[in-house]
Amino acid sequence: MTGPRRGAGMWAVVAVAVFASLLGGCGGGGKSVLRVSAASSLGLAFAAYGRQFRPASTSFSFAGSDQLAAQIREGARPDVFASANEALPDQLYAAGALERPVVFAVNRLVIAVPAGSHTVRSLADLAKPGVTIAAGSPSVPVGTYTRKVLAGLPSGQRTATLANVRSEEPDVAGIVGKLTEGAVDAGFVYVTDVQGARGALTAVELPASLRPRVAYAAGVVRGAPHPAQARAFIRGLLGGVGRAALLRAGFEAPPAGQPGT
Amino acid sequence: MRGRAFPMLLTAALALALAFLALPIVAIFVDVAPGRVLSSLGDPEATDALRLSLETTAIAMAVIVVVGTPAAYLLATRSFPGRAVLVTVVELPLVLPPAVAGIGLLAALGPKGILGPALADSGIQLVLQTAGVVVALTFVAAPFYLRQGQAAFGGVEPTLADASRTLGAGEARTFARVVVPLAMPGLLAGLALAWGRALGEFGATLMFAGSFRGVTQTAPLAIYDRFATDFPGALGLSAVLVAVSAALLMSVKLLAGQAGFRAPR
Repeated sequence: MTGPRRGAGMWAVVAVAVFASLLGGCGGGGKSVLRVSAASSLGLAFAAYGRQFRPASTSFSFAGSDQLAAQIREGARPDVFASANEALPDQLYAAGALERPVVFAVNRLVIAVPAGSHTVRSLADLAKPGVTIAAGSPSVPVGTYTRKVLAGLPSGQRTATLANVRSEEPDVAGIVGKLTEGAVDAGFVYVTDVQGARGALTAVELPASLRPRVAYAAGVVRGAPHPAQARAFIRGLLGGVGRAALLRAGFEAPPAGQPGT
Repeated sequence: MRGRAFPMLLTAALALALAFLALPIVAIFVDVAPGRVLSSLGDPEATDALRLSLETTAIAMAVIVVVGTPAAYLLATRSFPGRAVLVTVVELPLVLPPAVAGIGLLAALGPKGILGPALADSGIQLVLQTAGVVVALTFVAAPFYLRQGQAAFGGVEPTLADASRTLGAGEARTFARVVVPLAMPGLLAGLALAWGRALGEFGATLMFAGSFRGVTQTAPLAIYDRFATDFPGALGLSAVLVAVSAALLMSVKLLAGQAGFRAPR
């Protein structure tokens, strides 16, 4: 009795596996696949750009820029690396792992709070006892920018604010998640993340004097499997469908006349 | 010729499996200088993470053993309608992706989850707290113990328990004095698997409990955090975690061997 049944079960597993691999295989469609490693905060904008990008079909890996840079340092070869800062692409360029990077967008660091929450209305509120904050880990760009802002505060306020940090997330997606599920009162994210959360979050602006310069830079990875399409992808970010997708997502164009990094 | 081909095939398959499974572990130790392992032990951030990992997994294991042992016994020895469904539900976290486990825990126990308001009213906070790490670890690791425990209890000769009862020992006494000692090797094996799984837990912990040094940043989260900025440091901490996990597995296996030796036959 168990013999044939067990056989049937095994065939079912094999059938599921075959079906799954067929499904996976369909995606390629013969076109070459351009692999883009991009900062978590670029998720929505790049996904929209990818659907419109004609020269190749695109496949994205979104994570903390630092994680993606580390993968490239360890030998991973995506076609494009797009980072939420200039420092990481510059380092990879200096190490010979990336072609010369270009700044393609700027973003704004803000305090995000769950929509309808009134616990935090200003930067000063973050220092109040009992307020909970999610921040980026010091290694990810959003965490670096956050610490830059805090470094500009009087030391008492800085210490009190840091004491309220409850989680150091590996990327902005983690911070947004902690905010939308109501685990924290406030978090440091980019204004594009607030826009991407479709009403779930509200932005509290930072004082202009403390706002860090948040510039996104991208480059073609040296040894990339599809360098021509990779360059086309980056060109599109500087003017074209890519730029349009970025602007729709709330990014701003880099100041005119700015050379590559 | 024909007679030899099959054993050779088996040997080749085992060699392939062994090489594939052992290589990444060997590579960690080849890539990392011994001094680096020691210096990562001297790094307070790494030791904080290791200590938190050991503490939270130990608490999770205590909860799993106390609740899981009788639960596994019931599942193994009684037949009732819907038992097969129940066993499947209990085992489901085994095959759940950690991210799904994290989302599920949030939807159940998060501030906006089903039980969130009730928990908050009773002053219990889990998300972003050490207690939340324990909850996540218990969720992902418990099925390993429950599954192994059922098999262990199922393997205990029923006549031995019957004899104990005939001799006047009550149900509870028979369970504690006869059944559990007989099932001990299997229970310990289940504990080792559950502990190993808990030590390695990453995704559900990050989503449910977050990552904060000394509070919720367990060793795997600390490794991920430093992968980007300090690869040798990440390797060093990984080597320590491999050693701790291996030591745990070995010691539980030794214990299980002793228990098996001592158990009445």
